[in-house]
Amino acid sequence: MKICVLVKEVPDAAVEKRMDPGSKRLDRSGEKNLNPFDTHAIEAAMQIKEGGKVDVSEIVAVTMGPDSAERALHKAVSLGADRSVHLTDDSLAGSDVCATGYALAKVLESESPDLVLLGQQSDDGECYTIGAVVADHLKMPSLTQVIEMDTQEGKLTCRRQAEYGYDTVEVDLPAVISVGDAINEPRYPSLKAIMGAKKKQLDKRSAGDVGIEDGKVGEQGSRTAVLAINPPPEKQAGEIIEDEDTNETVEKIVAWLDERKLLA
Amino acid sequence: MSILTYALHFEGEFNKNSLGAVSEAGKLASEIGGEAAAIVIGGDDLTDDLCKSLGSYGASKVYRVRGEEGLAQPVVDAMAKVISDNGFKYALFGGGLLGFEIGAGLTARLNAGVTMEVTAVKAQDGKLVAERPILQDSAIVDVDYVGEPGIIIGRLNAFEIAEGGSGDAEVVDVEVEFSDFSNKCRVVKRGEQGESEINIEDAEILVAGGRGLGKAEGFGLCEELAQSLGGAVAATRAVVDAGWYPYAAQIGQTGKTVAPKLYLAAGISGAIQHKVGMQSSENIVAINKDPNAPIFEFSDLGIVGDLNKILPKLTEAVKAKKGA
Ligand SMILES: Cc1cc2nc3c(=O)[nH]c(=O)nc-3n(C[C@H](O)[C@H](O)[C@H](O)COP(=O)(O)OP(=O)(O)OC[C@H]3O[C@@H](n4cnc5c(N)ncnc54)[C@H](O)[C@@H]3O)c2cc1C
Repeated sequence: MKICVLVKEVPDAAVEKRMDPGSKRLDRSGEKNLNPFDTHAIEAAMQIKEGGKVDVSEIVAVTMGPDSAERALHKAVSLGADRSVHLTDDSLAGSDVCATGYALAKVLESESPDLVLLGQQSDDGECYTIGAVVADHLKMPSLTQVIEMDTQEGKLTCRRQAEYGYDTVEVDLPAVISVGDAINEPRYPSLKAIMGAKKKQLDKRSAGDVGIEDGKVGEQGSRTAVLAINPPPEKQAGEIIEDEDTNETVEKIVAWLDERKLLA
Repeated sequence: MSILTYALHFEGEFNKNSLGAVSEAGKLASEIGGEAAAIVIGGDDLTDDLCKSLGSYGASKVYRVRGEEGLAQPVVDAMAKVISDNGFKYALFGGGLLGFEIGAGLTARLNAGVTMEVTAVKAQDGKLVAERPILQDSAIVDVDYVGEPGIIIGRLNAFEIAEGGSGDAEVVDVEVEFSDFSNKCRVVKRGEQGESEINIEDAEILVAGGRGLGKAEGFGLCEELAQSLGGAVAATRAVVDAGWYPYAAQIGQTGKTVAPKLYLAAGISGAIQHKVGMQSSENIVAINKDPNAPIFEFSDLGIVGDLNKILPKLTEAVKAKKGA
């Protein structure tokens, strides 16, 4: 079985995010990191490989993005992927969800995986959608927000929380599965793995290499247009106490609760 | 026809966010001079009466499809067919897991524009413009659609439920040939609750714990405080998923909605999916060590500090005060 894991480079959680007023796109300068949800997807792939129930031939990390996104692939490889694929092309800049999903599907098509894993959300934008977009293009069954997964030959049994409780769903392979962060505890890469990551095979692919049609990606291929960026409505902030002396803090909380008759 | 919505149902009832979407579509359709319709999928439990009832929320027509409910891909097949046969301009979804999955799949199928986490929709010159907050809600973008249909996925509870529409909706049965891959997902069990029942809806005081408790045993701190306050314990999805606390205590989009007199949140970040379940609480107190945690944006009293230090002392102080 071959597993492809979709990964993404996102702005570091500690960096303040802003829109570039000129291009109306996210300002992607500043510190970046591998999207935390994707580390759970890589870990899930590693657990299938190490679990011994099915034979995993290789785990391939796949990303789309500018040159810098290579670092996300190095990180993915240090966490266990065997090699990586980087789709990078000027024509892809400005792609929306629809165009991004199409482009990623084209790369995956060239890899013919039995299972595609990804994190259910990225820190910087797309909300739980890419998995379903990619799956529709690949004509594969898909499920998002999976928190437990049991892999057998040819199929998966997944558990996820839906609107009315937990659903258990059986999915035939090949499939696209996006995972939640409760699915596992990702491992830390060893120093050796970090050092070795840059030596693992990294294939660069252009839009043409994977058969992406002109006009279907980038701004041209995007089906939404941003008309305006506005500030959010002002809201009233509550009272804030910084806990310096805990006895004092607790006194204040008790007084606050008492004032509102919550300690009757 | 102009706006199509999907209405999810379970055990004879429609989902609240779906009803919000149907209501919003009804309102918007009349503003842009069109009609609103809904699509439903399921077995014999989708009775004529149940389908017709969507009329009172603003749907003039309900397309009923026989198929498996609870999965996204069969709905994508059904909506793609209904849209291409009838030419809808927009597909609108309420917040929630299936809305995201279905809306995304439909985007790919129809090569259509999509906007998610939409908090409001405006009718402008006969078109719809979606408002979407971005970057932790620090800005709101207005989004327009190129081509048709435009797909709008609402944020949870973004659309208000409005009853009192024009009466019964017309029910139209539609035959759908499902894609080969749609048949490759099967629901084995739906809506399982797991573990014991905890009644948190009736409690006037709730002490809720999140991942900041560090481990399952951390809930002991919440239980002790809840006991001293005479309240019950609630939880976030993150800790329920991790198996630290039973699902019956989960607050939020995929859990319960509560509105107690006091909601004390310990080690909870305040994600939107959690917020929707507790934002109507009369008094919200939050303890979090991260001064930038979103929960401080909607709490009445926020304490920036370590819950391990604060909770035990607070329990003692409440006991002392109540004993006095
Ligand atoms: C479709 C969907 C549905 C969902 N439904 C729900 C739902 O119904 N309910 C729900 O809750 N979530 C739901 N979620 C998940 C939601 O997005 C968040 O992931 C979840 O609410 C986070 O839980 P948390 O606040 O416990 O954890 P985290 O987000 O990890 O937050 C933990 C917080 O604890 C703080 N902390 C850590 N240590 C300490 C300490 N010692 N003292 C004080 N503070 C500390 C941290 O600063 C942090 O802010 C849903 C998600 C999706 C995608």
